[in-house]
Amino acid sequence: METKTSIDWKRVDSIIEKYNRDKESLLMILQDISDMYNYVPPEVIPVLVKKLGVRESLIYSVATFYKTISLKPRGKYILSVCTGTACHVRGAEKIMDALHSELNIAEGETSEDRLFTLLGVRCIGCCASGPVMNVNHDTHGGLDRSSALKLIEEYRQQAS
Amino acid sequence: MTKLINRESLDQLRESLKDRAKLGEKKLISLCAGSGCGAYGTAKVYEKLKEELANHGLTDDIEVKLTGCHGFCEKGPIMVIHPEGIFYPQIKPDFVPEIVEKTLKNGELVKSLIYKDPATKKNITHEHEIPFYKLQQRVIFGSNGLIDPTSIEDYIGAGGYSALSKALFDMKPKAIIDEIKKSGLRGRGGGGFPTGIKWETCARHHGNRYVICNADEGDPGAYMDRSLLEGNPHSVVEGMIIGAIAIGSNEGYVYVRHEYPLAVTNLGKALESARSLGILGKNILGSGFDFDIHISRGGGAFVCGESTALMASLEGKPGRPRAKYVHTVAKGFRDSPSNLNNVETWANVPVIINKGADWYASIGTQHSKGTKIFSLVGKVVNTGLVEVPMGTTLRQIIFDIGGGIPKKKKFKAVQTGGPSGGCIPERFLDLPVDFDELTKVGSIMGSGGMIVMDQDTCMVDVARYFVDFLKDESCGQCNPCREGLKHMLDILTDICQGRGKEGDIEILEEIGAMMQKFALCGLGTSAPNPVLTNILYFRDEYEAHIRDKKCPAGVCKPLFHYEIDPEKCTGCTVCAKKCPKEAVSGEKKKPHAIDQNNCIKCGICYEGCKFDAIKIC
Ligand SMILES: Cc1cc2nc3c(=O)[nH]c(=O)nc-3n(C[C@H](O)[C@H](O)[C@H](O)COP(=O)(O)O)c2cc1C
Ligand code: FES
Repeated sequence: METKTSIDWKRVDSIIEKYNRDKESLLMILQDISDMYNYVPPEVIPVLVKKLGVRESLIYSVATFYKTISLKPRGKYILSVCTGTACHVRGAEKIMDALHSELNIAEGETSEDRLFTLLGVRCIGCCASGPVMNVNHDTHGGLDRSSALKLIEEYRQQAS
Repeated sequence: MTKLINRESLDQLRESLKDRAKLGEKKLISLCAGSGCGAYGTAKVYEKLKEELANHGLTDDIEVKLTGCHGFCEKGPIMVIHPEGIFYPQIKPDFVPEIVEKTLKNGELVKSLIYKDPATKKNITHEHEIPFYKLQQRVIFGSNGLIDPTSIEDYIGAGGYSALSKALFDMKPKAIIDEIKKSGLRGRGGGGFPTGIKWETCARHHGNRYVICNADEGDPGAYMDRSLLEGNPHSVVEGMIIGAIAIGSNEGYVYVRHEYPLAVTNLGKALESARSLGILGKNILGSGFDFDIHISRGGGAFVCGESTALMASLEGKPGRPRAKYVHTVAKGFRDSPSNLNNVETWANVPVIINKGADWYASIGTQHSKGTKIFSLVGKVVNTGLVEVPMGTTLRQIIFDIGGGIPKKKKFKAVQTGGPSGGCIPERFLDLPVDFDELTKVGSIMGSGGMIVMDQDTCMVDVARYFVDFLKDESCGQCNPCREGLKHMLDILTDICQGRGKEGDIEILEEIGAMMQKFALCGLGTSAPNPVLTNILYFRDEYEAHIRDKKCPAGVCKPLFHYEIDPEKCTGCTVCAKKCPKEAVSGEKKKPHAIDQNNCIKCGICYEGCKFDAIKIC
């Protein structure tokens, strides 16, 4: 299933220019690229080295330090289950368990059809509505096992 | 927008926007579009509302305003109809036609939608009469439910940027600092450092000074910074400009989490509109003072909330903290004097300048002034954001405002201060909440997270949870933190799995004491707090796990099982139907039993039993 990501270099360039090729904006540039592909394709790294005038090692160190960045391909939908304290005491683990068994993947893994990546994240600031889960940038609150599974089904249908 | 060239032009603009502040003759529907309500589906309600209003030809008569967070997030999406203040909680798109038909056209209430107070079972029609709101003092958070955060006109109409005028034209920088000092404002980000003194120290150092806003909000369970930035970004911007005047800075940054997209968007719009009005940028309001603000998005690392790590991250590097031999007010971002304050701290500044230090200092306790926003979450009936004067007791917050514990369960503890704080037991419920009182009982104020825990929460598991969190978030530079957390986690995991040994508690205490002394940054020195306070107040639970191999709360799976009490079981069959493993059996109307070999301890039967017949053994 592994397909090579074809990179829209024009857009990558325009992202770099948007930040005026500023080294200090490295993390934000990586985030914007990640928003396009759900990960940072390693092919862009040499380009960043050249355009920003930074060392390759700095890029790797930033990309691996921050959790929002992944250098490995992720699914079309990133399921970020909040495991923050408020969600934890309201049963976030049960949501996690349900998704585990439904999708047959562990935390951090991507489903075989490349549709879903399952992540446990720390607090997305919707603590009163817990347990919550983000699917890419959309937040869904007040979940339980069955509503979480229903959501997965909805996204599956959206994709097909 | 035409640029405002002086103070008078701002005043004139405000005058012309006056009706925006008064929720006058025109009907106005305020619909909460904060992240909490958004998660429950505000967008769909909004669409339906627009559609229905158009169908009835009411679009021109009734304004619909998407506002920031109203605070009562438990009941989202929230709709308030002004000028009456009719409060409709938990609105679904299907309810909209009836609301338009009855309330908006005919002025009648939709009885089935009105808020019902869970304590008294009475219907309450108006927002301001609801106990959750009635007992709060919303100095900082009050405008959130009224203004459209993307409209600078709304903010100005409601009196916004008048403190800026005052600071720019009537006050010298020193007078601003003195006012903040006199107000007694202390940092809302965790440490509680006096804000005026920080500003004064930073202003004394030479170089390109920076003013920075900490919107990293790493504390899980706290979300007031997010709600302020989303719901009232101009209040933070105004605070930062005033700070810049006082400190003598021309450039500011807001460091905000990438995980808060709406906060980033609304703040970005606020900055843009302030710039186009001449409130931000070169020659602000014709005063000759230049100041601009940039947004920097962080990447989901808890440690980046720490001042030196945050500044490293701002420079585009991994957010690793450094030892603070030299403070950031002297040498911080780009090795220049940098003044960092939390979002809520900044939002307090315009209020102090407008209403005066004396007024501000009249609220709160002797050493903690003003109000504080708490995020009241976890096992509590009314979850949401609560703003109260410093010194309000835990009992008032959790029981009077929060409505107590759901499902008639017993209160066990409240966790404050996030991963650097601690769990406070029942006997301290009458503690007045301020910086010093919380420290006295071994916790901290932190950024204002208050996570309520009931009898079903295992305190050893909570300690394990925080250590697990911190182990992942430790930057790994110093040994005490990296190794200390790993060993604490191993021990706590063993205890939770039934492998605890005599002496484990003492080792945990020893590692904790070592970390408090020797870790490099605030993350490591405060990391043992959740474990140490937990041992202090709930030692018996640790002992039950270690000696009796029992988890009294029924959380640690190897250490308990469920049994059905034949005396209480009525044979209603609910548990047997719900059990995913078919582990419950029995005849109708006769006591049921659990097959322990099949039971996976998922707790569905325990939570679902209306007769309290399922016991944790
Ligand atoms: C590990 C760690 C995490 C922190 N996280 C935050 C945070 O998320 N937000 C915040 O405002 N302050 C945080 N702080 C406190 C900041 O270092 C700093 O004291 C604060 O932003 C100063 O602003 P204030 O004086 O207005 O509170 C954190 C501190 C530590 C040690
Ligand atoms: S703890 Fe889950 S959103 Fe905050």
